[in-house]
Amino acid sequence: MTAGSTRPVAATAEGWGWRHAGRPGFAVRGVDLRIEPGERVLLLGASGSGKSTLLSALAGVLGDAEEGEQEGRILLDGDPPAARRGRAGLVLQDPDSQIVLARVGDEVAFGAENLSVPPPEIWRRVRESLDDVGLDVPLDRSTSELSGGQKQRLALAAVLAMRPGLLLLDEPTANLDPQGVTEVRDAVVRTLDRTNATLVVVEHRVAVWADVVDRVVVLGAGGGILADGPPAAVLGDPATRSVLAAAGVWIPGWPPPLAEAPGSRTPGAELLAARGLSAARTRRGPAVLEGVELSLPEGSALSIVGANGSGKSTLALTLAGLLRARAGTVTAADTLARGAGTDPARWKSAQLVQRIGSVFQDPEHQFLTGTVAQELEFGPRSARIPAAEYGPRIEALAERLRLTHLLRANPFTLSGGEKRRLSVATVLATRPAVLVLDEPTFGQDAGTWAELVGLLRGLVAEGRSVVSVTHDDDFSRALGGGILEVRAGSARLMAAA
Amino acid sequence: MSADLSAPVLSGAVLLRANPLSKLFAAGIVTVAVMLSIDWVSAAVVLSGELLLMPLLGISARRLLLRIWPLVAAAAVGGYGTALLAEKTGRVLLDAGPFLFTEGSVGAGIAVALRGLAVALPGIFLLISTDPTDLADALGQKLRLPHRFVLSALAAMRLAGLLLDQWRMLGLARHARGAGPDGSPIARVRDFLGQSFGLLVQAIRRATRLAVAMEARGFGAGPRTWARESTFSAVDLWVAAAGAALAAAAVAAAVAAGTWNLLLT
Repeated sequence: MTAGSTRPVAATAEGWGWRHAGRPGFAVRGVDLRIEPGERVLLLGASGSGKSTLLSALAGVLGDAEEGEQEGRILLDGDPPAARRGRAGLVLQDPDSQIVLARVGDEVAFGAENLSVPPPEIWRRVRESLDDVGLDVPLDRSTSELSGGQKQRLALAAVLAMRPGLLLLDEPTANLDPQGVTEVRDAVVRTLDRTNATLVVVEHRVAVWADVVDRVVVLGAGGGILADGPPAAVLGDPATRSVLAAAGVWIPGWPPPLAEAPGSRTPGAELLAARGLSAARTRRGPAVLEGVELSLPEGSALSIVGANGSGKSTLALTLAGLLRARAGTVTAADTLARGAGTDPARWKSAQLVQRIGSVFQDPEHQFLTGTVAQELEFGPRSARIPAAEYGPRIEALAERLRLTHLLRANPFTLSGGEKRRLSVATVLATRPAVLVLDEPTFGQDAGTWAELVGLLRGLVAEGRSVVSVTHDDDFSRALGGGILEVRAGSARLMAAA
Repeated sequence: MSADLSAPVLSGAVLLRANPLSKLFAAGIVTVAVMLSIDWVSAAVVLSGELLLMPLLGISARRLLLRIWPLVAAAAVGGYGTALLAEKTGRVLLDAGPFLFTEGSVGAGIAVALRGLAVALPGIFLLISTDPTDLADALGQKLRLPHRFVLSALAAMRLAGLLLDQWRMLGLARHARGAGPDGSPIARVRDFLGQSFGLLVQAIRRATRLAVAMEARGFGAGPRTWARESTFSAVDLWVAAAGAALAAAAVAAAVAAGTWNLLLT
């Protein structure tokens, strides 16, 4: 028997459903499914159709009666998942929230230790798993120093060392740059080819997995299973396609419908300019970028592109007035500064929100209050804009970004797409003339993607300047404007469409 | 840069090779010996012993001072305060109005300052020469503490190291939202409290997600094995013996000099 081969698991759901404690309705209901040993399944469905909940149930981490109510049952090889601990391995979306230990080798060993594997066998598995995912780093390398793609491959290796017969992946590539996506996808394929484990993967972007899986299952928004079959049949069926497209699933060759691009416009007067700019993350740390020359006129879009860790986000934070320039200048023109001084880094918070708006990569970093409504009012209030003025403005924003029905909800309980829409809305509430966004489309479904593009195009047409840090080529193309490539410590303007 | 608390500071030093438990024992017994008596002889003996052992740490005096200067400053302030306020016995050394220092009060001040440093250093040495993962391994395997508790604490410690980055990011995000620290001192305090609360919320959310990830990897299900075996070697014997010897020397020197001043009597 070759090292590392493992018996694939059969998974079944019988009339299964789950209601989170404290919620009136079921998150998912009426799921009947049998997944054969060794099958590779792509699980699709609208946001909120319970894909992640189903994965957690298969992994046996959904919790007990205190955390929610279960109906029907889920079985792995005929037993409840909790009785089969270690047979299913789960990899989550966020690379940072699933690393337990400080060193790479220990991290991979952790799961095998918990399954009482004898130590010499553990270290054999550690080397084998790291080999499988192609992570060629010393065992004592610090886990915090890895890139996003490396961290996800580490998470995969950590799960593989448990020799799971069922691999469960919950949007494992949603937060990665294109290179990271390919790395992780290829590592999964290589592993499956060797171990024959069963695979269930949840992902918005179908193209990443369509060639890898042999079955596509679509969960219905109202419960039950909407479609189930080989990828070509499910994705080729026009009725299913339109349902999937409406649910925000990315289908190859079916780009999200966009409103017509606004007619050509001439960029207006300069709002913000960078001259000989060096950007650094911390006051004493090294400069990550030097000699950046940039002009942001009214009615323009700019995409900042480049590999992970090249300093794109640092440049964006510096342009947004949140970090001081290490050398050179960021200068606001009078039309933008309106009496606040030429250096945005010296503006007070209340001045900044009315001039330059920043949307962070993780929307949760920006949430400051307990409800969506308060969140929307926060910026205008701290800028001392009268309620009579901001009231109608945020009402229209909430309407435009489909947040009206959520005004009483806690921002942290929203779905990923809702959080992103809220973080953009909060920034727009104070009408900044310059908008700086960091990876606005990471992990977003096609519906939210199209909405964002439409909204940002509208802002550019109104005469605002929109700067986005992004890995998403479709997004840059849809938005138009210039592309600034950041590489090896300097930045170069590639194109101005 | 993230300050990862769970990454070791040093490599190759003698003390780094010792088992964390022997270091814990040595640090513990030395600390107890200094704590027992308020006198300058025992404190001075322990402190000189600690400084002599410093080369085993493999850290330069300069780097060590950079890490512990707040402690040195605190010890100096404590010593000065004691010299100013302690009972004025013996010859007067300085008399400048309210500032009256005598031999007795200055002696007490020196004792307090030396003792403060002597008590703090073993803990510092333990911290900078010990990899937290090794400590967890030793506690779980040699002391047989419950592994759920030990490993949860270890994971929490790693998260704590990432808080500095999160704090910085939160500060930027709040400034971007209009909640920056502008204006009066009261507004600054309010902003600080708000940011602290935000950090707390994020830390809890992160810990919850990590707990699920750990559970998904079979954590807490039953008996476990340890990939890294925690072992004792000859170095550990030396470390423990050095600790015990230093403690005994301090007590003996103080008793011989007649300065032994047991705290509990």
